[in-house]
Amino acid sequence: MPDEKKTKKEEIPRSVDPASLEVLAECTDLQPIGTSWDRLKKQHPQCGFGLKGLCCRHCSMGPCRVDASKEKLKYGVCGVDSDTVAARHFVRMIAAGAAAHSDHGRGVAETFLAAAKGEAKDYKIKDQQKLYGLAMDFGVEIGDRAVEDIAIEVGEKSLGIFGEQHGPIPFLKRAPLKRQALWKEHNMEPRGVDREIVECMHRTHMGVDQDPENLMMQGNRAALADGWGGSMLATELQDIMFGTPQPILGECNLGVLKDDEVNVVIHGHEPTLSEMVMVVCQSPEMIAKAKAVGAKGINLGGLCCSANEILMRHGVANIGNFLQQELALATGAVDVMTVDVQCIMSSLAQIASCFHTKFITTNYRAKIKGAQHIQFEEHDAENIARQIVQMGIDNYKNRGVTKIPKAKCNMIAGFSHETINYLLGGVYRSSYKPLNENIINGRIRGIAGVVGCNNPKVTHDKDHIALVKELIANNVIVLQTGCSALACAKEGLMLPEAASQFAGPGLAEVCETVGIPPVLHMGSCVDNSRILMAASAVVKEGGLGDDICDLPAVGAAPEWMSEKAISIGQYFVASGVYTLLGTTFPTLGAEGFTDFLFNKHEKLTGGMWGFEPDPMVMARKMIEAMDGKRRALGLDKGKERVLFDMAMRRELDAG
Amino acid sequence: MSKIIASAGIRGAHKIYARVEKKYQELLEKHGPDQEVAFPNTGYYLPIIYGILGVKIEKLADMKQVFARATSLIPPPVKEKNHLPYLAPALDAGMATFFLQEMEEAMKYIENPDIYQLGEDVTDENLWLGAADDVIMRKRGVEFVDGTAPGFAAILGAPPTTEIAVKIALELQEKNLYVFMVADTNGRYMPDQLKEAGVQIGWPTRLVPFGKTVSAAVFAAGFATRAAMSFGGIEPGDFRKILIYNKDRIFAFGMTFGEVTDEWYANGLACVNYGFPIIADTPIPEVLPTGICTYEHVVANIPYDKMVSKAIEVRGLKVNIAKVPVPVSYGPAFEGERVRGDAIYVEAGGPKADTVVEWVTSKAMDEVEDGKIEVVGPELDELEVGTRMGMAIVVEVAGRNMQDDFEPILERQIHHLVNYAKGLMHIGQRDIAWYRFSKDAFDKGFRFKHLGSILHAKYHQEFGGICDKVQVRIYTDQDKVKPILEQARAVYHVRDERVEGMSDEEEPIYYSCTLCQSFAPSHVCVVTPERTGLCGAYSWLDCKAAFEISPTGPNQPIEKGKVIDEFRGQWEGTNKFVNQASRGAVEFYNAYSIMDNPMTSCGCFEAISALAPSCNGIMTVDRDYNGMTPCGMKFTTLAGSVGGGAVTPGFVGHSKTYVNSKKFIRAEGGVKRVVWMPKRLKEELREKFNLRAAEAGMPDLLDRIADETIGTTEEEILPFLTEKEHPALSMDSIM
Repeated sequence: MPDEKKTKKEEIPRSVDPASLEVLAECTDLQPIGTSWDRLKKQHPQCGFGLKGLCCRHCSMGPCRVDASKEKLKYGVCGVDSDTVAARHFVRMIAAGAAAHSDHGRGVAETFLAAAKGEAKDYKIKDQQKLYGLAMDFGVEIGDRAVEDIAIEVGEKSLGIFGEQHGPIPFLKRAPLKRQALWKEHNMEPRGVDREIVECMHRTHMGVDQDPENLMMQGNRAALADGWGGSMLATELQDIMFGTPQPILGECNLGVLKDDEVNVVIHGHEPTLSEMVMVVCQSPEMIAKAKAVGAKGINLGGLCCSANEILMRHGVANIGNFLQQELALATGAVDVMTVDVQCIMSSLAQIASCFHTKFITTNYRAKIKGAQHIQFEEHDAENIARQIVQMGIDNYKNRGVTKIPKAKCNMIAGFSHETINYLLGGVYRSSYKPLNENIINGRIRGIAGVVGCNNPKVTHDKDHIALVKELIANNVIVLQTGCSALACAKEGLMLPEAASQFAGPGLAEVCETVGIPPVLHMGSCVDNSRILMAASAVVKEGGLGDDICDLPAVGAAPEWMSEKAISIGQYFVASGVYTLLGTTFPTLGAEGFTDFLFNKHEKLTGGMWGFEPDPMVMARKMIEAMDGKRRALGLDKGKERVLFDMAMRRELDAG
Repeated sequence: MSKIIASAGIRGAHKIYARVEKKYQELLEKHGPDQEVAFPNTGYYLPIIYGILGVKIEKLADMKQVFARATSLIPPPVKEKNHLPYLAPALDAGMATFFLQEMEEAMKYIENPDIYQLGEDVTDENLWLGAADDVIMRKRGVEFVDGTAPGFAAILGAPPTTEIAVKIALELQEKNLYVFMVADTNGRYMPDQLKEAGVQIGWPTRLVPFGKTVSAAVFAAGFATRAAMSFGGIEPGDFRKILIYNKDRIFAFGMTFGEVTDEWYANGLACVNYGFPIIADTPIPEVLPTGICTYEHVVANIPYDKMVSKAIEVRGLKVNIAKVPVPVSYGPAFEGERVRGDAIYVEAGGPKADTVVEWVTSKAMDEVEDGKIEVVGPELDELEVGTRMGMAIVVEVAGRNMQDDFEPILERQIHHLVNYAKGLMHIGQRDIAWYRFSKDAFDKGFRFKHLGSILHAKYHQEFGGICDKVQVRIYTDQDKVKPILEQARAVYHVRDERVEGMSDEEEPIYYSCTLCQSFAPSHVCVVTPERTGLCGAYSWLDCKAAFEISPTGPNQPIEKGKVIDEFRGQWEGTNKFVNQASRGAVEFYNAYSIMDNPMTSCGCFEAISALAPSCNGIMTVDRDYNGMTPCGMKFTTLAGSVGGGAVTPGFVGHSKTYVNSKKFIRAEGGVKRVVWMPKRLKEELREKFNLRAAEAGMPDLLDRIADETIGTTEEEILPFLTEKEHPALSMDSIM
């Protein structure tokens, strides 16, 4: 990398979040490992071929650097060109992301089935209605069967989705009819989740599929198996077991850690253990134990998406997003941190060892050298949770000096697509109609899904916040999940008061009417499936076209870093949504393939990718895209008020 | 500011809950859980609770579950800072408010059965009418069905002055809307204001005082809820459909005057669930974004002279106002107004004055001068106050599509067309017409010639397809009335013979009638010469004329096609039509049978016939009779079980006059099967019925038929039928 670029990277502030900056200023001695920012600096210059998606190490003839613009590097040893290298790499990212979400889903399905069979006594069916809905999706008979029987069959069918060989996966039926037909036409319907991921790996093996567009057909299919398969299944089963989220007040940022209480921190992505930890933390028995060691109580907090899960359902405090995981430990206030899967930095065990913190891995899939491992077993969930909390209580006395920053912020979370349906009309008139109507009448310009991770290559949280603020100022309602949601929550954008403070007048008026923030927290990163459902609900409500790609709706992940973000983005693109990444894009060195993703893909699915590192420009691109969709729907012109006479009433559809 | 409204409404709902729950405990203690509770004469229990929750409240004990539901619906108060979303919980609190208030009003009937005046009219002692019974609901509901009333205004409180109150009421009447009045503003009641100004109030003039407290708003919503069930055919408990039906088809809105209390807000939120927006005169917060209602939800601070037009715009209602060049207000709302005693300026016809005759006749185009109105004899201002007189009204119509058959149709319109004029009362038709002209109308400038203006204008507006030219002569010169009368009577005779002579067999074309699909979307009538539409309003000739006037309208010709079963009345063409119109639900039907695949029924029928098995016959009851009948159900309960577009063997809805048709349940033996009818219906049908009975060889049949004075159960009437040797008893088994 040229020197001037390197200098520029170093100059950017590490975060816009005052709590994080406060901890970063204090924690200069996490030697030798440091923070992600420190390590990124040491990694410079990063591999230029890798950055652009042009490095292939799929066989031992390589690694090959393939770059069409350099005569010498035009082809890899096997003869592969840059577009195929980038496409193979991109499809493997999708496969990895889809695998992560889907293996999460599989884990949930296994717990669900065990619970249904009575083999995991600590888990219950909390949302029966949703179970019945799922049973209907799966063609499981309801009749007057016992709930457990239905649940067992639903659980078995759920697990079946992973190994299914012929498909298509049942949730595709939830999409608008036109979308279903399009997937069928392009042979894009996923068969089984595992099969699509395996096929991705096969096709990207040395010497198999070497047509970038054909590779992306499989990429799309695997991504759909994630969004409408593994992820959606995870969300559905979690809701059935732990309750479908409803609006709830919570708080977030490092300031939620407490000096005078035992701080138990959960981190990762699955709610199965964190739900139990929460139950245990609230039990009078454990609180008494905490008091016995001199603490005022037990303070449970979370990081990343395990935290989002229990925030959405119970309002449990959220300590922060991806880049704050090391900072949480660096406060010295965490008595025990337990992690499950995904987005857990390798550094945590070492950083924990700089303090008194007990650091525990709990999933056999995700062990970390230096961590203590306590295997989580669903049939003994509560006991294992109690063991972990007990370790925190026992460890409280070992605490040294703590440096907990003050900054924290209230937020309203819990916007499942079901609850949005309720919120727009109450028990008796629930529907998406008010949302549709206010999109049609222009008070709301469009819908943006802003999701994704943090990445130390850009100032922590800055792009999320700048983008979302610009969108809501332009009357775009924003749906969020994951770390992006937490960035905006910390900024106060998930409070109802944010509507009058930051939103444009039309959006603010609608928010005020319903009593919602202009930015809605829809959950963890598997819960992006909720956004798919919300988009489908908007289409079905009518007046905004008959497919997801007709909606004035755009997706973005401005600070993305993980392969899951690519899989999510791809299932949105495959579902008809224009989706932009910030920070970087992993195929930029392959012009032909990038052009396919950024342009030609729209002809295929109505959705395409985009890349824009500047959040303000990204907002502009998103709004322009929404305006384009509005024009296509004829919404750019004002609608006349229709007054009804009797003849018009007679013509209304019956029922 | 929706937040202020939601917060207030939720507070209001909490207060209402506490109040009603306290009353409930009090009554439970006093009367016990088995105490019966009901609104008068309704088959819909407490209609909001029945419609929305599907729960039948018959005893005090039944209310318990509704309190539980209300508890789950009313949310905690809205927090000042960082509040949770409030719109949905506030709408829920609104519905809970209606449930609670409906129980409260029902409990008032237990405590004081006379709290509200029964029937359609107020009295000097009691201005408040309370719950509309099913007779009123059906009668008035039909006006919603046929479009003469597009909706209603539910008014909370009273305008600041009598003058404004009168003006707003009149303006709403002129827009054909019903006006439902509840509650007071600083002790001021709108019905008092109207009464003070001499405005007639009650159902007939569409100015309906429901109750003194805001809780009486449930009577308006109860009316709307019943309309959805009885005309829309929506099942009780199917709350979403009931509410959407109201949003799309009942053009109602709320209007508030003065301070809006927490409890009023709670009621307003309930209205929004029904799609009824609120228009306020005071500067309360507004809710403008659309979604639950068709357009805005709450619009405030509207000046009095704009309130009605604003309400109509916000509700999304197009009112086709009849522009008639007369100096008085004009519209269906004035049809029920009475002119009595001192208010009468001149009276024509009726028992105390000479005959009035009305005659419509068709002429060649060049014989009619359009718009010519002649008063032959003295004008109104040439007559003494209190004059009683005879009169002849001759309307001459010319049109390319005019036929002799349409004359009686146009003629029959005179009754309601002239009655729509405020200050004018009209009863009867043909040679038994009866007019009263009020002093008030006279003072405003109304003259006889305006009768002509009305008929000229309205015939063109409503019957433009058949009337190209209309001229009217009004004879007030007493000597000239008699010759006209004789001429007209001769024509009536010819017409009657013609109608009498028409038969289903001879006519190849029948007509569909889907007029009521604005309210009863799943029903379709097939009208034949010998079977009128079941609402009683549309005969075959009416349909034929309506098709001429509006070729794409609700009356379409049906070729009856091949006869499948002449005796039972089944034709290939009508089968095909009904099959299609019902989307395959009804494959065929027999027009003349009650037992064997009878015709479907909507909710608007005038009368119902039902099997009376022990008497081996049928009973027939009309909707004006609200007592018990031998089949164990009142009309309204029967209507509920027969309506909704289903084929129900043993039950059939029909018009009253169909009883006198030769084809009336011919498959089962016709009029000889009738074992019971309400006394009043017997008298109404007597003349023609006797003809049918004579044809059947039993001229005194009507007197062998039981009525409510004999009994209201089959057991009670059987001895009477046996004694009178009623023919049904010796006929083949009807089953």
